[in-house]
Amino acid sequence: MYRRWLWPGFALPGILWLVVLFVVPFYAVVAVAFGTVDPILSQPVPIWNPLQWNVGWIVEVLHRFAPGGTFFGPSVRTVEYVASSLALCLLIGYPVAYYIARHGGRMRSLLLVLIILPLWISYLMRMLAWVNLLATDGYVNRFLTFTHVLSQPREWLGGEPSTVVLALVYGYIPYLILPLFAALDRIDRSHLEAARDLGASPLSTFLHVTLPLSKTGILGGAVLITLPMFGDYYTPNIVSGTPQTSMIGNQIDLFFHGGPQPTIGAGITVVLALFLTVLMAYYMWTIHRASRDVAAV
Amino acid sequence: MTTIAEQRPRGISTWSRASGWVRNPWGRPRFLVLITWAYIVWSIVPVLIAVQFSFNATRSRSVWQGFSTRWYWGDPVDSVWHDPTLRHAAVQSLKLASADVLIATPIGVLLAIGLARWMGWGARPSNFLMLFPFVTPEIVMGVSLLLVFTHVFTFVGAGTDAQILGHVTFSISYVVVIVRGRLFSIGRQYEEAAADLGASPTVALTRVLLPLLTPAIVASAAVVFAISLDDFVISQWLSSGGETDTVPIRIYSATRAAPLPSVNAIATVMMVLTLLSLALAFLAWRVFTREERRARAGQTKDLAVFEL
Repeated sequence: MYRRWLWPGFALPGILWLVVLFVVPFYAVVAVAFGTVDPILSQPVPIWNPLQWNVGWIVEVLHRFAPGGTFFGPSVRTVEYVASSLALCLLIGYPVAYYIARHGGRMRSLLLVLIILPLWISYLMRMLAWVNLLATDGYVNRFLTFTHVLSQPREWLGGEPSTVVLALVYGYIPYLILPLFAALDRIDRSHLEAARDLGASPLSTFLHVTLPLSKTGILGGAVLITLPMFGDYYTPNIVSGTPQTSMIGNQIDLFFHGGPQPTIGAGITVVLALFLTVLMAYYMWTIHRASRDVAAV
Repeated sequence: MTTIAEQRPRGISTWSRASGWVRNPWGRPRFLVLITWAYIVWSIVPVLIAVQFSFNATRSRSVWQGFSTRWYWGDPVDSVWHDPTLRHAAVQSLKLASADVLIATPIGVLLAIGLARWMGWGARPSNFLMLFPFVTPEIVMGVSLLLVFTHVFTFVGAGTDAQILGHVTFSISYVVVIVRGRLFSIGRQYEEAAADLGASPTVALTRVLLPLLTPAIVASAAVVFAISLDDFVISQWLSSGGETDTVPIRIYSATRAAPLPSVNAIATVMMVLTLLSLALAFLAWRVFTREERRARAGQTKDLAVFEL
């Protein structure tokens, strides 16, 4: 009896913690989204019993997500920003990870440390750095006017979509490069030698051997950075701060921190979480498989 | 490591060398070198420039006008040392990070050991639950914790207590992943040897397993300290304003108002603290695992912990 309960006993405090402060809170969001609003205090009233759920607010939220609604623009924008940031991250990140994994040589450890370093510098610090650089009299504008690319300084921080995408790429790319590196580093060089021996050109070796073998790394890394990007609200707020660049996360932020209707905010959160479920499930599956492989070794 | 490229015979024509260098998959294509170093410069130089401007002599954060330490302690009103809001923010950040380390590390270590050894029906769903905080966007966690503290556990409310509970919630999983990695690499043979020699599970745990886990515990404590110092979203959602603002929240509100170089200064201080705690943990890990590495030279993966 003692032995049987020993290990679950070890896990118990952690599991209880996660149930009380992770599962219950998430259910609270659902209960608020399907709840009602107190007419006098205009405070949200959560409904805990699914049988008594009030769908009025969530229908209202879904209406606003439809074309013509107030959330339609920000949703489309979020998908656009996330897609272009992801594409840029892969375009920059893949060659970097490939170079370090394949040709790092003696510099490999140094390069790895330099790649990991940004992960340990606060995200806000890194955004602050770009706010300094992109200011009207900042280095970027001075360089561009000095080289006559621009005739006069540009307001980079005044609601430019390109600035938001740049900030997203800068913020999240380190999280993509590491899984890519890990995947490329695992590829057995003998596969490449075999492909070359059998007469494949470097390009077709890359397309038919390296790329397929690094697919899990690409997908895993892409999901890893896509999930937080979809919920991002601080990056557009810091580098732009105008409604023209607001993402879906900014709508949630507004309904909780600016507006009086947390019920609608909770509704958007539920819709966002449902939208991201597929990505989350995929990522959990890859982690699960990776940890099973580790356990098997 | 010798590559094929280095073993190439000398005395072949420039053209065939150049084309071989392009075609050979083991060569070093120059455009990859350029992209890699350009990326590294791009990823680090903006931060260095931000650090540089924390030492600016004037109020500008974009025009350099000479070196000074006024934004750290010289300025009697706006320096990090004298501005009460910045000082409070630093104290609050350190308070949250310390509490987070003290609570999340033991819970996470126990959970990691439990999940690695427990083979019953509940192990799989618990494992699943532990991974969830990694994939949940922070805004979803922030919203849910805020709602639960203002509508269900109303005795907590928003503020420092809520922030600590929130930080621990997202930190536990990091501890579990780091400690579990170490548990897998240790294997069970030491515990089995202890059991064969007559040790009870508890004795085997405290006298054999815990000492072996020490490097992972130190590393996870440092990682928790670092992610707690850097956290913005959870701290902001659970903040009750003013007194409970952390350094990242200060930086966030400052970038949207008229910021002074003192914001760069406090960001620099926190960055140095984060990097120092991680460097110390890395050194500790190296010292603790020195013997093991000597035993199986060449196949270490100790950097893996810092690749999270």
